[in-house]
Amino acid sequence: MQTVRVDVAIVGGGGAGLRAAIAVAERYPDLSIALISKVYPMRSHTVAAEGGSAGVVGEGDSLEKHFNDTVAGGDWLSDQDVVQYFVEHATEEMYQLEKWGIPWSRRPDGHVNVRRFGGMSQPRTWFAADKTGFYMLHSMFQTSLKYPQIVRYDEFFALEVVTDDEGGTERARGVLAYTMRDGYPVLFEAGAVVITTGGAGRIYGSNTNGAICTADGMGMAYRAGVPLRDMEFVQYHPTALPGSGVLLTEGARGEGGILVNKDGYRYLQDYGLGPETPLGHPENKFMELGPRDRVSQAYWHELQKGRTLETAHGPAVGLDLRHLGAAYIHERLPLIVELAEQYLGLDPVKDVIPVRPAVHYTMGGIRVGLDASSSLPGLYAAGECSSSGLHGANRLGSNSLAELCVLGKVAGEQAGAFAVLDPVRPSIGVRSRAADVADRYVAMMGAGTEDPAAIRREMNAAMDAGLGIYRTGDGMREAVSRIAALQERYADVRVSDTCPVYNTDWTQAIELGHMLDVAHAMAASALAREESRGAHQRLDGFDKRDDERFLAHTLATRDAQGHPVVSYEPVVITTSQPATRAYGAAGQAPGKAATAETPTIPKEA
Amino acid sequence: MAHSEAGGVMTVEVQRYRPDVDDTPRLVSYEVPWTQDTSVLDALNYIKDELDSSITFRWSCRMAICGSCGFMLNGEPKLGCEQFLRTYAPGPLRIEPLANHAVERDLVVDLEPFMTKLAAVEPYLHPDPTGTPEPGNLQTPEQMTRYGQFAACINCMLCYAACPQVGLATDFLGPAAITAAVRYNKDSRDFGNAQRLPLLDQEDGLWPCTFVGACSTACPKGVDPAAAIQQAKFAATMDWATEFVMPHHGAPGAKDGGHA
Ligand SMILES: Cc1cc2nc3c(=O)[nH]c(=O)nc-3n(C[C@H](O)[C@H](O)[C@H](O)COP(=O)(O)OP(=O)(O)OC[C@H]3O[C@@H](n4cnc5c(N)ncnc54)[C@H](O)[C@@H]3O)c2cc1C
Ligand code: SF4
Ligand code: FES
Repeated sequence: MQTVRVDVAIVGGGGAGLRAAIAVAERYPDLSIALISKVYPMRSHTVAAEGGSAGVVGEGDSLEKHFNDTVAGGDWLSDQDVVQYFVEHATEEMYQLEKWGIPWSRRPDGHVNVRRFGGMSQPRTWFAADKTGFYMLHSMFQTSLKYPQIVRYDEFFALEVVTDDEGGTERARGVLAYTMRDGYPVLFEAGAVVITTGGAGRIYGSNTNGAICTADGMGMAYRAGVPLRDMEFVQYHPTALPGSGVLLTEGARGEGGILVNKDGYRYLQDYGLGPETPLGHPENKFMELGPRDRVSQAYWHELQKGRTLETAHGPAVGLDLRHLGAAYIHERLPLIVELAEQYLGLDPVKDVIPVRPAVHYTMGGIRVGLDASSSLPGLYAAGECSSSGLHGANRLGSNSLAELCVLGKVAGEQAGAFAVLDPVRPSIGVRSRAADVADRYVAMMGAGTEDPAAIRREMNAAMDAGLGIYRTGDGMREAVSRIAALQERYADVRVSDTCPVYNTDWTQAIELGHMLDVAHAMAASALAREESRGAHQRLDGFDKRDDERFLAHTLATRDAQGHPVVSYEPVVITTSQPATRAYGAAGQAPGKAATAETPTIPKEA
Repeated sequence: MAHSEAGGVMTVEVQRYRPDVDDTPRLVSYEVPWTQDTSVLDALNYIKDELDSSITFRWSCRMAICGSCGFMLNGEPKLGCEQFLRTYAPGPLRIEPLANHAVERDLVVDLEPFMTKLAAVEPYLHPDPTGTPEPGNLQTPEQMTRYGQFAACINCMLCYAACPQVGLATDFLGPAAITAAVRYNKDSRDFGNAQRLPLLDQEDGLWPCTFVGACSTACPKGVDPAAAIQQAKFAATMDWATEFVMPHHGAPGAKDGGHA
């Protein structure tokens, strides 16, 4: 085992990790930074984000509106102090990216252009064609090359957060990783550790996530005793390709695309999102621009009514862009054209594209405060792996890319400050324990009998069945017991490959272990929440929001047997008291969706 | 659906190499069931899950944007996630690691030389030394089109696998690194031209390129690296020429005057 001493160790080279690294480098130029990533940073899944990133700009919009949209979108489970901080800093971060070279789409006069996005009352989504995440990631990655103190450890697979209680309090002391290229374990002894490992969508069978979105960082923090928060809230994206799960951006609807059932009928008007908006004139919060959870739920109802299309990969509805015309489609949605042609052999100019909901985003994650710190001193988290309190029960599209920037920066600066105050100290105890842990992982190679691919498939099936768009107590109990049984089988997981370098049989097995732990936390958290809120919708008598019992964050903590223990903590409410979450015409009725701040003013449409 | 329904079982030959055991790489055949939308990446994952879990390859996004999954498919550099077995029916399909790269294991190649070259061209904005306007720069759509296509590079390395010069001149910066430099040089917000040009204008920088154009043919994202190289060569030549007539050619005002 090799040991590397650094001030700040950042695990993850996606948008959040890069933003954190640059923040440390700018704020504390003398600190050494290790950027540890299991893939080259530009391969991180931020690259796949299409639609855009939120930030209030221009007339007609205000911070208050962004705040209200986010809090209502999150069904009042957002921490409002975090939302306030976020909306106040999102725009400056979008301009920061501009100065780092991102090619934001512009108006003819050279000013940045913004587009509409589901659940947002105003156009405030900054976009770079329909490859926003790609441009964001490459701009940040290339900018990071400017700072010699950011040392990258590409294709280093992080295994565990290393902790230590010398001096009485348990704290993070570094990260144990493994260099896939050279084939040996490396201990990063660090003053502070930042986890930015992204989402967990691969826990489900049908998902829009890349191969790397396997919950590693959530699993690492959870095993280190840090609670995972609000894990039952898993967002479905309404428009993914059947089969592969490849996403077609919500921007397609923002630009005027419509959703139709097998009869060509715009079914969203039947589910509280109407009245029907005229073709080519999308309106915020109406119809196709309703929030994701509502749009996905409407699909489920259409499916029950037998009004979906049949495809080779099961049921679907139609995304129809044809009325937008070839020129507009090619200018605004080039990626959609490419994907439809490659994956389906269809041309959106002439054909209706079959789409269906797929798991997309984990609202929950490692519990952190407004300063990005977890309950373990020295451990920070940002990005999709974290639960900052921003998204509540349902994330609004384009808030997460902005979150990577706003809270990634906070995480970097706070971790830097911590490392300055309490610098890394070498510890024989930490090193010898880390060496033991490394030995245990390496011993998995060439051992075990249980087929990991089979366990993974069964986990996917259990979660798709029991923790989908709509849930029941029986379904969730079944998922909990299936996952627990899989965890037992996993204890003897088979890794046939014995090669020390690029052993992806082994890394996939480790990822599977994290996914099982996190799936268990998700299922247990969901079962305990006896209400319906945001992305957690129940059909078994708990089909209403219950603020009396559940206006609270769920915490899942791992017990000695490795099982999740569920508890709750209060939501931070500053100005917006819980109200009805209404969209479409209902969202316009005075009073209905009013917040404490705007008691009598109708909501913006 | 537009594609005719097709399918069957295809012989897929994959180059395998395990560095701690094998002296040389070898081709191994697998029988892979396929339907009309089975991608080459799906085929590799089928082999890994069902036939041999030790097979090793890079992938993540499976939507042709992360740039991980470049392979040689029947001798041509392609992204595995956006190629489909139907194209290679009835088979066999041969999958090999990207040409012109050292092989680490199976289909995994060494990317470190490229990462070094990319960093070498300073691929980030050098802001206006006289200050950046607040809250941000203005840039018209027309100004964006000058570099837009070059900014679409996903670093997939297909162009390096296609380029005859990359194999011959190992220090050649190569298509994507040069494209990254040109992308910033042509950005109206950037003032790093003067720093970057000498990096390009070296014997092994940009000059090994003989305009074969294979890079642009191979590129899955329409980046046209050959055009970027051509513009860089032109700029370097102009730079050399202007050296004699106007010593302050690197001044900010020169930006819109046709500098690459
Ligand atoms: C298809 C798609 C489209 C989206 N579109 C939008 C959009 O339009 N707007 C929006 O706001 N949001 C969008 N999102 C959500 C948003 O893109 C993600 O939430 C966000 O990019 C996550 O960034 P991240 O930095 O947290 O993680 P990632 O970018 O996923 O990065 C994770 C990093 O962690 C590293 N890592 C993970 N595990 C380990 C380990 N064990 N060891 C070492 N390194 C590790 C990885 O290598 C990677 O570098 C979209 C998501 C998807 C899937
Ligand atoms: S120029 Fe094209 S082929 Fe070359 S790395 Fe970039 S995207 Fe790939
Ligand atoms: S898997 Fe990302 S480009 Fe193919």
